[in-house]
Amino acid sequence: MSGVRLLVGTRKGAFVLTSEGSRDEWDVDGPFFAGWEIYHVNASPADPDRLYASQTSGWFGQVVQRSDDGGKTWEPVGNEFVYDGIPGTHQWYDGTQHPWEFARVWHFEPSPDDPDTIFAGVEDAALFRSVDGGHSWEELSGLRGHRTGEQWQPGAGGLCLHTILIDPDEPERMVVAISAAGAFRTDDGGETWRPINRGLRSQELPDEDREVGHCVHRIAMHPSRPDVLFMQKHWDVMRSDDRGDSWHEVSDNLPSDFGFPIAVHAHEPETIYVVPIKSDSEHVPPDGKLRVYRSTTGGNEWEPLTQGLPQSHCYVNVLRDSMSVDGLDPCGVYFGTTGGQVYGSADAGDSWTAIVRDLPAVLSVEAQTLP
Amino acid sequence: MIRVALPQHLRTLAGVDGEVRLDLQGPSTQRTVLDALETTYPVLRGTIRDHGGGERRAFIRFFACGRDLSLEPADDPLPDEVASGAEVFRVVGAMAGG
Repeated sequence: MSGVRLLVGTRKGAFVLTSEGSRDEWDVDGPFFAGWEIYHVNASPADPDRLYASQTSGWFGQVVQRSDDGGKTWEPVGNEFVYDGIPGTHQWYDGTQHPWEFARVWHFEPSPDDPDTIFAGVEDAALFRSVDGGHSWEELSGLRGHRTGEQWQPGAGGLCLHTILIDPDEPERMVVAISAAGAFRTDDGGETWRPINRGLRSQELPDEDREVGHCVHRIAMHPSRPDVLFMQKHWDVMRSDDRGDSWHEVSDNLPSDFGFPIAVHAHEPETIYVVPIKSDSEHVPPDGKLRVYRSTTGGNEWEPLTQGLPQSHCYVNVLRDSMSVDGLDPCGVYFGTTGGQVYGSADAGDSWTAIVRDLPAVLSVEAQTLP
Repeated sequence: MIRVALPQHLRTLAGVDGEVRLDLQGPSTQRTVLDALETTYPVLRGTIRDHGGGERRAFIRFFACGRDLSLEPADDPLPDEVASGAEVFRVVGAMAGG
């Protein structure tokens, strides 16, 4: 019987939650790497037992952990992320130039067909690749070397590359997103990149057509339709039907169009999920009600999903990498909160249960569908 | 023989209990001790000193013989008591936050 494995990164370690396909009972393993911030754990689509975890600390720096047995055991692999050439500078919060400095890995995106190839999105924003199972890393420096690189400025969480999407039809095409530079696309495997931010409107920017400087929080794509991208921006939920060449807003009746994660249903490419958050100054659900909003029309028409979620006195946040879907039918949807809850729905969002309630603040959730 | 005390997280990472004992060839300095430590436990590379330039990470401090050696030049000789193994060379995660 197939099952689901949730890979949960938290402020104080990693957890692996496992269920059979019914998704009504879960085993909880962890914490792994207790006391360390685990920004992201992700699995290779080509080998479900191959996992990678980003283990970080303000004291001790970056460690990359790898598992070859589905998270039962781990071994540290390479942690040397060196920018290509002379790193140069980017824009700092106060508008001055600031040296590029590696801080941590925010996101791992394994290759769809090779368990030893994996991409890492890091802070300060850059894209690295390993082709030897994480032992060594090289920068795809065409991204950071883009002529706009000196204009990139950190968001409140840092200058982080947090989203990596690989086109399943044309793996040479990838989309990445950086807070607060915007979205970028390569069509040649990472050699050259161009900003794809046309149509984004960021009220903080005097020039509304500015090429970069947009605080993109997350981009999602359904593998069957890689031309269609969905974005949760700092404010605004956006959609592109041309691989990011242009964007239009699909927020419409959301109670707030501020938020962090966005996800696409595994089998319905026009069904998308967001978690509205009141504002960038409060970072809590509107009215103290934790609601996932679902659109089955690719945006603009949204319905609140509340069954099983707290509808009073709830003031948690849901971070950008903390929502994921499984590939079962009905589609499972999962998200983690800064309050330590991981909620799951085995019916595409109609109803929710708390799989765990008291983990450390959740930084990331990846759902893995097991054979 | 040099005795090195690591903070808990680095002991866990290196898979060691208690003090680490290192046999050095040549002079005992911060650099030679940390080089030997990283050679014995490669997983510690990048956790105490940055890759590349080898700069001490900002929230790491070095103590021995009741003294803070963090700002001493990396190639200066360590105290004789450390070099002889009578005193422990301590790698400390600085208290920060609240």
